[in-house]
Amino acid sequence: MALQILLWCAAALLGAGAIALYRAASTLVYGIALAVTLLALAVGGAALLAPDSLGGALTLPVGLPWLGAHFRLDALAAFFILVVNLGGATASLFGLGYGSHEEAPGRVLPFFPAFLAGMNLVVLAADAFTFLFTWEFMSLCSWALVMAHHRRPGNAAAGYVYLLMASLGTLALVLAFGLLAGPSGGYAFDAIRQTPPGSAAASAAVLVLALIGAGSKAGLVPLHAWLPLAHPAAPSHVSALMSGVMTKVAVYGFVRIMFDLAGPPSWWWGALVPLLGGLTAVMGVLYALMEHDLKRLLAYHTVENIGIIFIGLGLALAFEANAMPAAAALALTAALLHVFNHSVFKSLLFYGAGAVLGATGERDMERLGGLIHRMPYTAFAFLVGCAAISALPPFNGFVSEWLTFQAILLSPTLPQWLLKFLVPAVGAMLAMSAALAAACFVKAFGITFLGRARSLRALEAVETDRWSLAAMFALAALCLLAGILPGYFIDALAPAIHGLTGANLPRQEQLDWLTIVPIEQSRSSYNGLLLFLFIALAAGLGAEVIHRFASAALRRSAAWDCGFPDASPATQYTAGSFSQPIRRVFGTVVFRAAETVDMPPPGDVRPARLHVRLRDVLWETLYLPLSQVVAYGADRLNGLQFLTIRGYLTLVFGALVALLMVLSIWQ
Amino acid sequence: MLDALVQLVEMLVVLLFAPLLVGYVRKVKALLVGRRGPPLLQPYRDLLRLLRKEVVLAHSASWVFRVTPYLVFAATWVAAALVPTFATGLLFSYAADMIAIVALLGSARFMLALAGLDVGTSFGGIGSSREMMIASLAEPAMLMVVFTLSLLAGSTQLSSIAAFMQGDVGLRVSLALALLALGMVAIAENGRIPVDNPATHLELTMVHEAMILEYSGRHLAMIELASHIKLLLYLSIIGCVFAPWHIAVSGQGSTAYLTGLVVYVGKLAAGGFLLAVFETAIAKMRVFRYSDFLGAALMLGLLATLLRFVSRVT
Repeated sequence: MALQILLWCAAALLGAGAIALYRAASTLVYGIALAVTLLALAVGGAALLAPDSLGGALTLPVGLPWLGAHFRLDALAAFFILVVNLGGATASLFGLGYGSHEEAPGRVLPFFPAFLAGMNLVVLAADAFTFLFTWEFMSLCSWALVMAHHRRPGNAAAGYVYLLMASLGTLALVLAFGLLAGPSGGYAFDAIRQTPPGSAAASAAVLVLALIGAGSKAGLVPLHAWLPLAHPAAPSHVSALMSGVMTKVAVYGFVRIMFDLAGPPSWWWGALVPLLGGLTAVMGVLYALMEHDLKRLLAYHTVENIGIIFIGLGLALAFEANAMPAAAALALTAALLHVFNHSVFKSLLFYGAGAVLGATGERDMERLGGLIHRMPYTAFAFLVGCAAISALPPFNGFVSEWLTFQAILLSPTLPQWLLKFLVPAVGAMLAMSAALAAACFVKAFGITFLGRARSLRALEAVETDRWSLAAMFALAALCLLAGILPGYFIDALAPAIHGLTGANLPRQEQLDWLTIVPIEQSRSSYNGLLLFLFIALAAGLGAEVIHRFASAALRRSAAWDCGFPDASPATQYTAGSFSQPIRRVFGTVVFRAAETVDMPPPGDVRPARLHVRLRDVLWETLYLPLSQVVAYGADRLNGLQFLTIRGYLTLVFGALVALLMVLSIWQ
Repeated sequence: MLDALVQLVEMLVVLLFAPLLVGYVRKVKALLVGRRGPPLLQPYRDLLRLLRKEVVLAHSASWVFRVTPYLVFAATWVAAALVPTFATGLLFSYAADMIAIVALLGSARFMLALAGLDVGTSFGGIGSSREMMIASLAEPAMLMVVFTLSLLAGSTQLSSIAAFMQGDVGLRVSLALALLALGMVAIAENGRIPVDNPATHLELTMVHEAMILEYSGRHLAMIELASHIKLLLYLSIIGCVFAPWHIAVSGQGSTAYLTGLVVYVGKLAAGGFLLAVFETAIAKMRVFRYSDFLGAALMLGLLATLLRFVSRVT
């Protein structure tokens, strides 16, 4: 029943997209999308809380004639339905307000609900063809949304890179499913599950292909290059969907293939995946620190958080390969909880960036500042998001990172020496990325919202509309709620975890004061609720006592600034100067950062200048040579376009002979 | 019931002892360089004087600036109240393990760094930016120390770690490296020489003091008190993990608690003395050598974790 409702929801979303093709009425389309995604959210949540209702399967007579289109709702799918539609509902809510700013609604409205429908269908698909078809549909809809403002500089190039990477990813997934289906060609997931890949080489190939296919969509380093270009190019609520939700659908693809379909894992998968995850986390946050464009900074942080999720997934693979189901359940819970948490705070932050963009027309932090006075509500919600993504207690980001740390601390029980040594190093990378993320969000919030306005448009900004604020505050509340009551969220995940690992964390909701205990009380426990209450009490008590018994007097005056205050906002710290110490420490290696000072000689009146040059080493060593090779090959082959008829016949004849020879040697 | 009482006493002890510890360290430092130094109770007088003064707030300051002192104080106090000082078996010790305590201090630092940027002056920015750079290396180093300890004790709960260390642990290389790393992190996190100078003002090298330059009156008092508590907290962690002698365990008699308290004060005195000697003997570093210092702490922590595996084999 739940499955049927969800499929009707997807159909309704497609219908809304079709309506928008004829009439670009933004309130109507976003209203329908909001209602439908809320319904799907309720259905997904109910299915997760009452696992008896799960397991519905359905085959529709569309798609490949001998296969049909299979759909199935299991606990894993229900969890991701929840994530997708939570993001979809808040994005629609934000869109209700945002719609009035859009200068070309006809380019956004048809694709927005279709994109949501595509993501829902990917999660529900239960055969390889339907999965790939809906995956590609999702990619193309999001591409169309990236290209909505195609005349703005850079957007067309971003769309082009995105299209290339999406094609590469789908190609890898096609090959992965081909290997999984085997020579008999059973493309339904049920059939694949019954025939795991025969050889170790085939499983290894499936892992690599799944990493390329799902990893390129999720933004795993070094396949992340398209993400910081494409995500910010789309309208802000779509950026939120792409960063907060579509990357999670990619994670779903990886989990579905590697945990459900690919059969028992080998132990070295658990070495490769966490290492990639750790590198992704550190590189993502370092890129973000060097970035001054608010939306690109957020997109780079998506890369970081995907890294954290893949650390958890990789550890789960390592534990599962060594038949340690309880530890695997912990690692997978950490990863999936972070999937949920990241979708919440990343959507929130993108809405905040969208509100700032709408109010000032600026994405460059160096021209913002002081917005907390002009946009107090947006600033508050954005601050909650910043604290949550920086993994600060008592918010939700900390809970999932804490669980990941607990999973890492179980690594000494693994028998393989490589894993014993590698996993603590991955733990160090995780710790470093968390600390750097905090630095980055001090920068993002501090430069954008605090201080004094750096431009006229920042000075004259006005608070955003109520719909957008409602979307932001709903998510901010969820950040706190999932941070102080994590036990309920962990329990809700239990059916999905049980289905994949065969084990569960201890049931959390009966524990005193809603403490979370991943393994046992004497080993580790955390209680966000108590910490939150204690901090609130101590701060309130301190303020009360002081205001009552000591001084409550307050005088406004000019800033002190060591006695030399300068009225010009240009004397404030900027985003570039804030990240300068970190650039000096990390950037000289990772980005080959070089600073040159151009100091005019005495008597010359031109200003001194500091030039900073950063190089994207990954782009230069991986992508540029590849594109040069492709361009070179294309140039050489270009001559084939202009052959005579004789020439073409010779070519065809030669190709035929060559193929026949290959065939004869093969047999 | 007893646990609740111990928890209450613990909260008061960290709150009331913290300024005394700072006064003591200042006194020892002064004596070491041949000055008489301020009286031991001077930090209390400073705090009371600040509390009585009015707050002078910059025109461009927002609510973040006004809320931060209380939040920083609360987060630091809660973190310190969850560290076993003279007794384990605190009522709420299960609420936060060592990772959560480190993260709570991270929350406090996050707010303080934002407050540094709030008024929009160059000094506040310089402080925030450097503080976050230091934290980006000190926090992972601290977590590597936590890793080492939890690999040994099989727990990240400070109570369990203390109980384990009270047993027959023996001398271990990884523990020595972890102690070294923890000491370096404690120095950096508390803004002591050679990373930062707590006595400096109006200098380009300052970090913590630059960040709170715009604060005055009761706000400044809260932040000062929080930084005193933070120093006490780090010394308590070192004491509880590396010198866990005579920490009272729940169920023991009142004499055990009294001995625990007395020994705890002795540990703080010893720790404070060592800190003062170290600070007097060494010169302040240049800003961009911090990364060498803290990078060394991080590597020591990682090495301690890895050596842990080797030492188990032998």
